[in-house]
Amino acid sequence: MKPSTQRTLVRVLAGALALTPLIAGAQEAPVPTINAGDTAWMLTATALVLFMTIPGLALFYGGLVRAKNVLSILMQCFAITALVTVLWTIYGYSLAFGNGGALNSWIGGLDNLFLKGIGLTSIYGTQTIPESVFMTFQMTFAIITPALMVGAFAERMKFSALMWFMGLWLTLVYVPVAHWVWGGGFLGTLGVLDFAGGTVVHINAGIAGLVAAIVIGKRKGFPTTAMPPHNLGYTVIGASMLWVGWFGFNAGSELAADGVAGMAMAVTQIATATAALSWMFAEWWAHGKPSVLGIASGAVAGLVAITPASGTAGPMGAIAIGLAAGVLCFLASTKLKRKFGYDDALDVFGVHAVGGIVGAMLTGVFASAVLGGKGLAEGLTIVDQVIKQGIGVGTTLVYTAIASLIILKLVDWTIGLRVTEEQETEGLDLALHDERGYIL
Amino acid sequence: MKLISAIIKPFKLDDVREALGDIGVSGITVTEVKGFGRQKGHTELYRGAEYVVDFLPKIKLEIAVDDQLVDKVIEAITNAARTGKIGDGKIFVFNLEQVVRIRTGETGSEAL
Repeated sequence: MKPSTQRTLVRVLAGALALTPLIAGAQEAPVPTINAGDTAWMLTATALVLFMTIPGLALFYGGLVRAKNVLSILMQCFAITALVTVLWTIYGYSLAFGNGGALNSWIGGLDNLFLKGIGLTSIYGTQTIPESVFMTFQMTFAIITPALMVGAFAERMKFSALMWFMGLWLTLVYVPVAHWVWGGGFLGTLGVLDFAGGTVVHINAGIAGLVAAIVIGKRKGFPTTAMPPHNLGYTVIGASMLWVGWFGFNAGSELAADGVAGMAMAVTQIATATAALSWMFAEWWAHGKPSVLGIASGAVAGLVAITPASGTAGPMGAIAIGLAAGVLCFLASTKLKRKFGYDDALDVFGVHAVGGIVGAMLTGVFASAVLGGKGLAEGLTIVDQVIKQGIGVGTTLVYTAIASLIILKLVDWTIGLRVTEEQETEGLDLALHDERGYIL
Repeated sequence: MKLISAIIKPFKLDDVREALGDIGVSGITVTEVKGFGRQKGHTELYRGAEYVVDFLPKIKLEIAVDDQLVDKVIEAITNAARTGKIGDGKIFVFNLEQVVRIRTGETGSEAL
């Protein structure tokens, strides 16, 4: 991250006061200080990202299931928010962002268990915001990632199984992958570009969701019985909240209120709008009518795809990424799923994994200054960067698929993943929570 | 006395109610129903998954009237509910044996 103007000024003044030459002063390591503007933005961004999960994602998914399961989705998103918050506080943050010493390429350390050492004045690395804000900002990412998976196995997982699966998955998958990319681990060191979490959040959740959908099995009656969304109004409201909240996700990932954050906001808006249109037109062309669910899904696909690129791509790169994401995610959610017959109920794989992979690979292309981006690291060609991106994507796909499979099987063998057939038919709201979403 | 039952397109309800009011019908019962006739159903498409919806929403009206009003009621409903397109609905006429106004105990035509 670039030092802020204010910090540079402080450094220069300090150098001048010490009566040393200005150049020598500038070469000293800057003492990190808290910047009010950066902190104000990051407090806001953190709230925006939490808003993406509850109520944004909860409503987006809630509207897509049948009326008898709407509460189960809202409950799962809410419970994940609470569970991850506590686990992140106890050990998640420490293992993801703490210093892992000799093992730091693979996992963080235990120095910050129970957020030990994070006080009113602590700062993470060379940041300009309080560490408490950084920790909470990262917590909201750790919350939304498992919550994204809920859509894949919707309408059939036991609530107790969900709690165990999510707790274990956060610990054994999210925390290490976040560390590898952002916490000083080997993928970040390698130079994989993932500004706001295309790999850590979206590919990670997308592939784990696919594995979960396959391990738990298809919903009773899929694909012969009609299972249309029960309230697309919720879905559009949820997608709109995701769109708005995503400015916190992407522009917040700069961890400062500066030019990169501003451009991240701009490219997020541009890519999202482009993908909404490209999914809509693809569907219009393929099926004869533009659909509400299509344009909303396209927007989410665009948001996913621009996420890793949002700190490096320029406006034209954003249009290209949005175009590709809209069309490819449309094909993945409508054709691929049908062809292979897996029941990824709400297309977590089709939108998040496919959108995430498209975004991650194109990040390597559109970071290039020639294509309007911020510029690649010195000496790197587009091909070099795309290979690095591929390593990041491949590592995550393989590790997350295997680790998720093991966790799911473990939960299935011990307490069982799936509700009974009778409970599934009755609906999870009544069967698992003794409540109904609609008392009309 | 006759009981007239009519299935119409939902958006025609206000027109039919007005037409019936004009000829002096003093009460109708309305139910939201679903069914199919020659119009059949329609298809819905969500992310490439196509569903055939067999039963379309319709409105069912029930009107109890004296014999001399029957033809006028049929004419009023027919004119008000017709669009000329498939799915406009049907009218059924039944003999009505007895009517009782619960509040007063009146019976027959008095109770209509």
